[in-house]
Amino acid sequence: MIATSIFGGLLIGLASVCLMLFQGRIAGISSIVYRAIFQLKFESWALTFVIGLVLGPLLVAALNGPAAPVFDLAWWQVALGGLLVGFGSRLGSGCTSGHGVCGISRGSARSVVATLTFMVTGVITVFIMGMVL
Amino acid sequence: MMIYLTALATGAMFGAGLVVSGMTDPANIQGFLDVAGAWRPHLALVMMAAIAVALPFFQWVLPRLSKPVYGASFLAPLSTAIDRRLLLGAAIFGIGWGVSGLCPGPAIAGIAYLEPQIFGFLAAMLIGMRLADRLPSPSAKA
Repeated sequence: MIATSIFGGLLIGLASVCLMLFQGRIAGISSIVYRAIFQLKFESWALTFVIGLVLGPLLVAALNGPAAPVFDLAWWQVALGGLLVGFGSRLGSGCTSGHGVCGISRGSARSVVATLTFMVTGVITVFIMGMVL
Repeated sequence: MMIYLTALATGAMFGAGLVVSGMTDPANIQGFLDVAGAWRPHLALVMMAAIAVALPFFQWVLPRLSKPVYGASFLAPLSTAIDRRLLLGAAIFGIGWGVSGLCPGPAIAGIAYLEPQIFGFLAAMLIGMRLADRLPSPSAKA
């Protein structure tokens, strides 16, 4: 588990480097998805990046055998989680990838603050859910 | 053409990284945030490994380059303000992240598994993004 976490993280870091090197853009998935769906004419490569994001797991499954993650969330978690993740990432200009990986690597104070903020509210949320559910 | 092929390959690398590291599994995300319970450290290792690759590039290589290989110019976020919008947005994002154990990258990569909950999450996420667009923009507020 430690080795696969580190290897996966290296791939994510390398992909973030490549997107800046080739396209000149921050690998912030929330804004790339937003652009691919709502503003495609501005950055047409965004859609091919999103397609690649889906192909990656299929490639891993082809090489490594299928091992689908387990999704046993309640539907209220799916709906509320999605709504807040979408709203918050748009309002806060980024998510785990844009702020958490690229922003911190760029030395952006904004991203460090954002990352600490969503980690703290995430911890509090999981703590409260553990108490109530 | 190359700008699309490299974007496709880069997306695939990112998606593969998310799966290999277990970040597409909501239990690993919620386990990381569950510091008072059965803590799972994966996410911290993934982030540190990703930053270990990206940070040297952003800090020492990027400043020496004049333009990207296939794009017109490097585009970094212009804003440096730590304002209410950033704090509120990140705080709300974290609540949704904790509630579901999902964020945009793993949710998109999760399409590969044709899991109904992933499509439900993505639909709700896009609605959430559009709702945020309805808020007055910081410049219009003045």
